[in-house]
Amino acid sequence: MSKLATPQVRTVLYEGPGSAPLDGEERARLLAALLDKGFAVTSLREARELTVRTLDVLMIAGRFTGPAPAFHGTAPVHFCEIGGRDAAAVADAAEALRTEVGAARAGAWKPWFPVIDYRRCTNCMQCLSFCLFDVYGVSAAGKIEVRSQDNCKTECPACSRVCPEVAIMFPKYRHGPINGDQVSQDDIRREVMKVDISALLGGDVYGLLRDRTAKAKSRFSKERDDDRALKERQNCLAKLQKEMDIPMEVIASLPSPDEIRVKAEQAAQRARDARAASEAL
Amino acid sequence: MILYCHCAFAKVVPPEAKQAVLAQLAASGAEFEAVPDLCEMSARRDPRLGELAASGELRIAACYPRAVRGLFEAAGHRLADSAQIFNMRATAPEQLAAELTAGSA
Ligand code: SF4
Ligand code: SF4
Repeated sequence: MSKLATPQVRTVLYEGPGSAPLDGEERARLLAALLDKGFAVTSLREARELTVRTLDVLMIAGRFTGPAPAFHGTAPVHFCEIGGRDAAAVADAAEALRTEVGAARAGAWKPWFPVIDYRRCTNCMQCLSFCLFDVYGVSAAGKIEVRSQDNCKTECPACSRVCPEVAIMFPKYRHGPINGDQVSQDDIRREVMKVDISALLGGDVYGLLRDRTAKAKSRFSKERDDDRALKERQNCLAKLQKEMDIPMEVIASLPSPDEIRVKAEQAAQRARDARAASEAL
Repeated sequence: MILYCHCAFAKVVPPEAKQAVLAQLAASGAEFEAVPDLCEMSARRDPRLGELAASGELRIAACYPRAVRGLFEAAGHRLADSAQIFNMRATAPEQLAAELTAGSA
């Protein structure tokens, strides 16, 4: 099951009728404590309907002075009296509720994935052809989309480098324009000159990986020389890692050369089909 | 409506910026939505993003506007051009805090 299809506990800080308001500092402490533990906080001054995924759970926190306010919506509601509790204790109560309902643990997945700037994207499908982890898909309207965010390899921005339009962002990346900063003329020039990564590495990236890992493998099997095979693999991958900023762990977790070949062919075929389908529309 | 992103699972937003914005938000008395990680919400296609995108005058404190707009779009909700996005990665904390809550209380 996708890591994203698990229930979430969402908290509401209710300060409307039937509840005494907090002062600014208390509110700030409570907010920070809940957010640090990964809980969203909706601040409300009146009870009203909230849109919540049906699998989620609401925890309504307040300093209640009368009967609990009525909330309408589809999610199960739990009330949490915060009078006499400090911010950490309220965050602990939310955590206990999270355990009770089997909700996702905060930070279990670092949300790292590509985001497409459709104002730049030309639907060329290079990203779809490139990604070995099935992160990309094509919508019913033939448009490229990021479909399986949680398949993406944390800290790996490689597909943004193959996009000829600088249209792929990773919001948590260190540098612009991949982090979403403005795309400058220089960035565009760089893309044009590209280091068309393939050229830089002397051919198709996965081809290179395949050949080099295969070479390393055969040497390994012939000479049974562990260290040498490993060194060979590391040398050739280091260049790839450096140019594309791919973490070593990601390279280490790549599928076997045979699987790479099959996956790369499948992805390229999907891209060709998607292009043909969108041209036929 | 104000949406604040705490970027809780990465170290890309300076803590001083987050502290200043949170303190201002808490002191303003305005209603707001504070989320641990807008990226994760987008990946989950959280319907709350649609509600926020449709909530009229939306002000967002997060990171680069191009990324924030892309995250809403990826979740199936286009942000109105009028939505204001404040970049906590690149704006001075005091300036951010003052502009985000100006006029709302
Ligand atoms: S490589 Fe870039 S331009 Fe091409 S489809 Fe992917 S995001 Fe769009
Ligand atoms: S939207 Fe920006 S600030 Fe928010 S979690 Fe993502 S990278 Fe961090």
